[in-house]
Amino acid sequence: MSEEKKTVLSMRHINKNFPGVKALDDAQLTLREGEIHALMGENGAGKSTLIKVLTGVEEFESGEIIMDGKSIINHSPQEAGINGISTVYQEVNLCPNLTVAENIFIGREPMKRGRIDWKTINQQAQTIFDNLQLDIDATETLENYSVAIQQMVAIARAVDIQSKVLILDEPTSSLDEGEVEKLFDLMNMLKKRGTAIVFVTHFLEQVYAVCDRITVLRNGHFIGEYKTEELPRVKLVATMMGKEFDDLADIKQKGTGSIRSNDNIVIEAKGLSHKGTIKPFDLKIHKGEVIGLSGLLGSGRSELARAIYGADKPDGGELYVNGEKLDIKAPIDAMHHGMAYCPEDRKVEGIIADLSVRENMILALQAKRGMFKLMSRKEQEELTDKYIKILQVKTASRETPIKSLSGGNQQKVILGRWLMTEPDFLILDEPTRGIDVGTKTEIQKLVVKLAGEGMSVMFISSEIEEMLRTVNHMGILRDGEKVGELEESELSQENIMKAIAGGEK
Amino acid sequence: MNEKLKKLTTHRLFWPLVCLALVLLFNFIKSPSFFKISINNGVLYGYLIDILNRSSELIVLAVGMTLCVASSAGTDISVGAIMALSGAATVYCLGTGDTYAIPWILAILIGLVVSVLCGMWNGFLVAKMKIQPMVATLILFTAGRGMAQLITGGNILYIKEPSFKYLGGFLPHIPIPTPILVAIVVVVLSTLFLNKTATKLYVESVGINPKASRLFGLNSTRIIFITYAACGLCAGIAGMIATSRIASIDANNVGNLMELDAILAVALGGNSLGGGKFSVAGSVIGAVTIQALSTTLYAMSVTGDQLPLYKAIVVIVIVTLQSPEFKRYVNRWKAKRTVKADGKKVA
Repeated sequence: MSEEKKTVLSMRHINKNFPGVKALDDAQLTLREGEIHALMGENGAGKSTLIKVLTGVEEFESGEIIMDGKSIINHSPQEAGINGISTVYQEVNLCPNLTVAENIFIGREPMKRGRIDWKTINQQAQTIFDNLQLDIDATETLENYSVAIQQMVAIARAVDIQSKVLILDEPTSSLDEGEVEKLFDLMNMLKKRGTAIVFVTHFLEQVYAVCDRITVLRNGHFIGEYKTEELPRVKLVATMMGKEFDDLADIKQKGTGSIRSNDNIVIEAKGLSHKGTIKPFDLKIHKGEVIGLSGLLGSGRSELARAIYGADKPDGGELYVNGEKLDIKAPIDAMHHGMAYCPEDRKVEGIIADLSVRENMILALQAKRGMFKLMSRKEQEELTDKYIKILQVKTASRETPIKSLSGGNQQKVILGRWLMTEPDFLILDEPTRGIDVGTKTEIQKLVVKLAGEGMSVMFISSEIEEMLRTVNHMGILRDGEKVGELEESELSQENIMKAIAGGEK
Repeated sequence: MNEKLKKLTTHRLFWPLVCLALVLLFNFIKSPSFFKISINNGVLYGYLIDILNRSSELIVLAVGMTLCVASSAGTDISVGAIMALSGAATVYCLGTGDTYAIPWILAILIGLVVSVLCGMWNGFLVAKMKIQPMVATLILFTAGRGMAQLITGGNILYIKEPSFKYLGGFLPHIPIPTPILVAIVVVVLSTLFLNKTATKLYVESVGINPKASRLFGLNSTRIIFITYAACGLCAGIAGMIATSRIASIDANNVGNLMELDAILAVALGGNSLGGGKFSVAGSVIGAVTIQALSTTLYAMSVTGDQLPLYKAIVVIVIVTLQSPEFKRYVNRWKAKRTVKADGKKVA
């Protein structure tokens, strides 16, 4: 049996504290040669921290890291690289304005007579891609490729540094299915070469598709290491959460959605458009319904929502809110008419990193009230505490800077920010991206509950399953155009797929 | 007890205050009469009063600079020139005759309006045209003094009416120098305005993440614009004080290089020049520290032309003390020491 594979790296009794939080408490991880190892846990379980400790981004307080029988401490990612540990992060860390080949060799360019040997660089880079069966032109500027390809380049770069350990931190979150397939091929190829791969992801299916072993962390603790075939999904989720959780499929009760009729329309768009992002579309949103938007990445899902909200000021068409024609110049106008918008990119468009949880939560309501009507400290604290409780935000205190919260908890704070404004129409763009299963379920439940209370919700997500669980009605988009709608009775995985794919064969 | 101490040392004003205290302590050791304040001819007199008096313009400038830095992560390098320009406008309106040509209040108002207009111009370039703050304000940095020269015709204009010196000197029957009073009023009013309205929160939010701020209803452009206009106003007020001190306008020298001290005051006050969270109180402490330093060095008979060198050395020390890298180093050192101590106990 291949049971006794050589251990490449082991981390033992790792402890790490952040102000007020024990991030890692006796955590461990063991990697063997030629295996793909999933590192699983909810948000805030310590996955990222463990990886940061391993790669020298963060220091740890006690414990040891043993690689090839030697105890090592990496003080920087560069040092980790020298020790044979490379990392590819969720966000691509490359220079978009350089060529692909330059990105691969940056910092270790082959020299010839004191000059950079461009010919070799380009040739070698091309060889790497050919070996990995990737259709990439090494002399092309990186930014001309999609995020997925950029991710591949990042991996190719990491692989070329002859790493024994390759860490992939949520590499698939911005890839479509075909691209994920390609990535898996690449991972399997590396596995055969003997590289140990750490794979961090939130997609359970992907874990079961490629991983040999799974290590589960919870609240900074090491919970266990399992062979993938010996740990069924339900058990994995239960292990991650530390409790049995409600059946995910059973959130929405059938038939509780609103009745779509002409006298309960909240939002109506007629030929609304924004040049270059979304072609003119008509859309009716009714009171108390959850309307989903489905389509591939870049199909105009987010752009449609942004046009309604005024995040990108529409340059054509009309928008009616409760029958009243509106001219929305900026988000604040939309807010005054009861809209709220949770953007897709939490880090760039959502959080104000240095400000506290309290300040982050009250900002939208404060902006709505106006600069000269500062909410009293007491009101701020009461409202913040209320929503921390309702949304079960895990934070040391309400004055903790939001940047020190985990992704899922940051998302909850942003949700709290908008719920505080008591909107009639809430737009959620990928509200569950990059957050753990437990929080996902919580958010889905919340959406259904809010709709039950009469709020209209627009729900955008790449995960069709999640949409099926929550939405009553769905708009389908393709190539920047709304191409159809599905009634509640028509909602099924197959129908949605067909609608997204359209008439093409 | 330890908890309390920790809370104290991590307070954002702790290090700026320590630095100021160190400078003052040094002075006290050098000359024990340093903290003595006496009354001569009905006015307060002493080193401390002198430092506060001399730092008034800088304090006012620092308040405005803090806002620009916080909202746009950029600095307004034109404040010195704006001081000269608004001073020139006021003096020109008052005229060089034996009495004021127009009522003094009107002349001061004109000067301040000029400074606000300058600030608005900067704000327009930075907020609306999205030009880098340093480049945008470089325009008035050079052109501002030129315009001031144009107004004064290249001469130094003197005001003969003695009441013009009130602002930079003493008001009748009031023992405290007027600049100190003006600085206090500016600091108190701006602090009240920032904290009693949502302005501080808005400015910080826009300074940290303008994109997100727009999406929850803040008008980033307008907020940045306002901070630059406010900075212009502060420069105008400082310009009035500086002009009144010498009862004349010298377009070449009023506020010369003060923009740099103002930026330094913001940084010494523990504010990040990367924008975002800010403390006006910190900047005020920074401004006083700078002036205390200059006074100290003069008292040690360092000549004016050598002053910048010594100042730079002290500034390097202060800035290093406050840097996160240094604090991390100290923490690591402390941690090591505790580990060693523990080890000894066990042994």
